[in-house]
Amino acid sequence: MPVLVEDPCRLLVQGLGRDGSFQAQRIVEYGTNMVAAVHPNRSGTKFMDEVPYFETAREAIAATGANTGLVFVPAPFAMDAILEQADAGLSLIVCITEGVPVHDMMKAKAYLDRTNSRLLGPNCPGLIHPGQRIKLGIIPGAAVSPGNVGVVSRSGTLTYEAVAQLGAVGMGQSTCVGIGGDPIPGTNFIDVLTEFQDDDETEAIVMIGEIGGTREQAAAEFIKHNVTKPVVASIAGQTAPPGKRMGHAGAIITGKAGLASEKNKALEAAGATVVESPAYIGEAMKNILG
Amino acid sequence: MNLHEYQAKQLFKDYGIPVLPWRIVETVDEAETAANELGCPVIVKAQVHAGGRGKAGGVKFAATAEDAVQYASDMLGTRMATNQTGPKGVPIDKVMITPAADIAHEYYVSIVMDGDEGAPAIIATREGGVEIEQVAEEQPEKIVRIIGDPLLGLLPYKARDAALALGFPPPLIRPATALISNAYQLFIDNDCSLVEINPLIESEDGKIIALDAKVGIEDDALFRHPGLRDLHDPAQMDPLEREASEFDLAYVKLEGGRVGCMVNGAGLAMATMDITKWAGAEPANFLDIGGSADLERIEHAFKIIVSDPDVEIILVNLFAGIARSDVVATGIINASKEVGSKKPVVAAMRGTNAEEGLQLLDESDIDVTPAPDMASAAEILRDKLATMSRST
Repeated sequence: MPVLVEDPCRLLVQGLGRDGSFQAQRIVEYGTNMVAAVHPNRSGTKFMDEVPYFETAREAIAATGANTGLVFVPAPFAMDAILEQADAGLSLIVCITEGVPVHDMMKAKAYLDRTNSRLLGPNCPGLIHPGQRIKLGIIPGAAVSPGNVGVVSRSGTLTYEAVAQLGAVGMGQSTCVGIGGDPIPGTNFIDVLTEFQDDDETEAIVMIGEIGGTREQAAAEFIKHNVTKPVVASIAGQTAPPGKRMGHAGAIITGKAGLASEKNKALEAAGATVVESPAYIGEAMKNILG
Repeated sequence: MNLHEYQAKQLFKDYGIPVLPWRIVETVDEAETAANELGCPVIVKAQVHAGGRGKAGGVKFAATAEDAVQYASDMLGTRMATNQTGPKGVPIDKVMITPAADIAHEYYVSIVMDGDEGAPAIIATREGGVEIEQVAEEQPEKIVRIIGDPLLGLLPYKARDAALALGFPPPLIRPATALISNAYQLFIDNDCSLVEINPLIESEDGKIIALDAKVGIEDDALFRHPGLRDLHDPAQMDPLEREASEFDLAYVKLEGGRVGCMVNGAGLAMATMDITKWAGAEPANFLDIGGSADLERIEHAFKIIVSDPDVEIILVNLFAGIARSDVVATGIINASKEVGSKKPVVAAMRGTNAEEGLQLLDESDIDVTPAPDMASAAEILRDKLATMSRST
């Protein structure tokens, strides 16, 4: 059973424009139980001839019992879609959309804290559970395989990198979670680490961080006191010149705490196996789990 | 997106933040008129998007109109490099003429989005005007840090707390509180990434004035601020960075390297930079093609990378999820043909249609070396660069 997701997962996808439709098709083909589609002016029709369209999230939930939401809505309207899904009562909302204004996320996060909904993202690849073939996002289904390593990452493509590394040494994954690289993410490392620690399927954890902020240090502190499963960690951006922006708004070095070296130090002190590049994750995990 | 000082000061004025009058001039004649109108002494300030301007000679005290003309003429039409710009610097197309102030004390006040707190943070200190990073490093107790509320904004008592913590004299507590509240409101209303006043001064005659103004706007929120978007000054960007931004590509120029890097994803970009550097192959630039790049964007991306004269060899490190490797390969081949590039390529392609992509590259005229993963790619680069150095 995947972490963070209600069992059984009943998925609502909101925002089925060109990219959203393309991705939703992959999601259905992978085997995910998509029960509802929400998009303006399409109610009465069906997505891929099987999933009913609704005008609003509330109607969709009332009719289908959806419990999980996925947002592909364009950035200017993403906050509204997230809060619409939260008010409608979805327990997990995954927002793939990139470029959501930070000021919007600031408000959305504070609002969500008053609800029972959890947000994963925005600007994240989402979550995938190869064992039950549940795909909530854009992590390629072909890249993953069932197993017992939990993966949590701030970076999309490095999630694929980690998974490929594990695959190359014959290790599958329990759940892979991309938390996204934006400055204000809905879900943090600690949230996912908590779930992996309690998850029977997960025997070991891969954590991929980036320069900027102090969330990796917070995760290290959490690992030290609460995680007994082995953790292999890697921080991208060790050689990034200070102050240079590498594309993610979150990947800005803000003072010394944002440096990769500080994050590595904290993770090592917490007992994690720190590899200097995500390219060595597979090897390190193999040494630990055999 | 960064605003120029004069644009930021206009925003300050709109929000009731006290600033001194100013004139913006683009010619020496205008500088003379401005200095005479404002009355000397005046300060001549280069309008550039860079910190460290004062140290680089971009802020000059002019006792007379003749001095002001001289400084304006020294600055206008030149480029200025500071510790925040890179060696080529940024152009000075405009200078500001503003009266000189009698300064009793200099403070520092800024507002930034604190991602970890999920709310704006006021970062301020009584020790303004000097190196703020140094104060933060050496005397962290002198930094005042007050967090706003994401939904309620900055409660009035917190603005007052900030003013009190900065040690303003009693008659200035009220105006300082108002200034901090107003700056916070400006930050919220305009989707700012930064509002910075350095220095915020207490003048000899007991007033508070924002002598400088730095405002950054979140690019992602510009869609709802068309008026601010119009203030964009593309001349302040590196030409290649500008071209990349026009095609919505994230391009970063790095100094001293020889490898042009095309990747997808910011995390992969950073990991690629790490591993190539450790292999002894310094990147000259990075171009992140992002997730759903189409053929035209890939072509532009590759042209931008090869048109950097520092680039001798290109590394393509792709982990295609949404993007398709065959499309990327086609884009590279088309662009290479169009610009007649003979620069060799080392390609690590994985994910969607990776084999097709590598095959297309292999069948093309490009001198391409495939690599199974990024660690091997880095080693291939190092070896190739070593041979290239020997042959030149």
